[in-house]
Amino acid sequence: MARNSLGSKSPFRTATLWLIWGWLLIFALLPNILVIAVSFLTPDSSAFISLPVSIDSYVRMLDPLYFEVFVHSLWMASITTVICLLLGYPFAWLVSKAKVRWQPLLMMLLILPFWTNSLVRTYALKLLFANNGLINKSLLAIGVIDAPIDILYTQGAVIAGLTYLLFPFMVLPLYAVFTDLRNDMLLASQDLGASKTQTFWHVVLPLTTPGIISGVLLVLLPAMGMFYVADILGGSRNLLVGNIIKNQFLDARDWPFGAAASVLLTLAMAVLLLAYRASSRRIGKTDFNEVA
Amino acid sequence: MSNNPLNHSLSSAPTKPKRTIKIGSIAAKGYLGLIYALLYLPILVLVVMSFNQSKIGYNWGGFSLKWYESLFNNQAMLDAFWHSIVLGLVAATVSTLIGTLTALALHRYKFRGKGLLNGLLFVLMMSPEIVLAISLLALFLLIGLQLGFVSLLLAHITFCLPFVVITVFARLSSLDERLLEAARDLGANESTMVRTVLIPVILPAVMAGWLLAFTLSLDDVVVSTFVTGPSYEILPLRIYSMVRVGLKPEVNAIGTLLLVASLVLVIISQLLLRRR
Repeated sequence: MARNSLGSKSPFRTATLWLIWGWLLIFALLPNILVIAVSFLTPDSSAFISLPVSIDSYVRMLDPLYFEVFVHSLWMASITTVICLLLGYPFAWLVSKAKVRWQPLLMMLLILPFWTNSLVRTYALKLLFANNGLINKSLLAIGVIDAPIDILYTQGAVIAGLTYLLFPFMVLPLYAVFTDLRNDMLLASQDLGASKTQTFWHVVLPLTTPGIISGVLLVLLPAMGMFYVADILGGSRNLLVGNIIKNQFLDARDWPFGAAASVLLTLAMAVLLLAYRASSRRIGKTDFNEVA
Repeated sequence: MSNNPLNHSLSSAPTKPKRTIKIGSIAAKGYLGLIYALLYLPILVLVVMSFNQSKIGYNWGGFSLKWYESLFNNQAMLDAFWHSIVLGLVAATVSTLIGTLTALALHRYKFRGKGLLNGLLFVLMMSPEIVLAISLLALFLLIGLQLGFVSLLLAHITFCLPFVVITVFARLSSLDERLLEAARDLGANESTMVRTVLIPVILPAVMAGWLLAFTLSLDDVVVSTFVTGPSYEILPLRIYSMVRVGLKPEVNAIGTLLLVASLVLVIISQLLLRRR
């Protein structure tokens, strides 16, 4: 394909490749290397960072003060991921089983909110969660509660907000694996005498694992970074790793510490990507694009 | 790819016959309906509240356009709005240009390090925004770039890039090679073929990519928070500083306008992608 069109040694080709490589190396690769380097330096009040090299920033993450925030953030992000998975798995399955001509519309309706401003949508949740917001008013009106319950500025509000924003990201890869799941596989499994439960555990679940992992990847990591959700819905006691990174970089000016936190997030991403690759290899897919 | 839901929903519609659910169909519809209701309820509340006369925000005090009016009298907001539009236009255009070239190169050229290039784009797309944000901030400060329009622009181009690449690449992948061969057989030279066959075929995807990039740029909070400077305040950050301190009815109005704008852009891009 590539040989004859647009010329294989044309100046156009050379210029194009220089441009792309240049951009990606300068704005994608180099910045990440910088962050890793910064994480091993010492904070400095005047120049942001200085020598000597140290692993102090990483050690400091174990400081109970920060460690608790990390654990709490991971906890909220994990619960968000689990809720998205539990809601999204049947959702994706049902959409994939809907009439073919409805499926594009159903998926479109799912992702439309994704293309609208997430900050505005987070703020919209505040209108629902407030003490005199819609949820409390409705509950009061139907007599379930006597006094407004606190929803805003709780851990639950942050988890609800993250789930709301990230749910489509869980469904998309799941929907992709479900549409790839061939009906004859399921029939074969049943013909061989497997019960519905056995078919699920031994056929459906392994075949949809790559979708689950990429869904987790697309929900768990962003859930730890979306500082504005914690800011708007969580108050000061429900911080995310993103809030720490932001705070260290923009307010406390402790760059190495913020960078170290970011390196940890990147490492978590790498682990999940590898798990994803392993699971899709196992079912005979090697290309990211095929499933993700 | 997973991060491009728009493509996804279009390309993965299966061709094989599907069984529709008969048993439990009502429960299934109820479940889907409930999820969709939950997804759209907050948006609906926001839109309704933007027309609310009452200042307190939660009580319905009658229909009013006063929050829109006060929006249009808010100079800081208007400035931020124009800044965002300009930034979005330039960022979308540049990222579409580079992204389209990248997609063409990935599709048509063989070159060393293609796998690495693919990998870099993939990681760029999957990276949590906050990681990208601080890495770019570190870069800009290292090279001594004044934070403001230019730093925002470079950052926005960078995070829009992979989205444009996969949108155009998906279109190229579905391109029938025989079209190009036919053009060549009919005596078209390279430039004629590119002009009359290749460009018309990928143009809808290029335009869709541009619209997506523009939308992403207009909506970004995380990256912009880090690489912005005092000289160039953009709309999402203006809104952010407003909503942090409490409920502002004006935000309902600007939020509604942004929602409408995003929806229009997405629908146009979907129509572009669907047209064959």
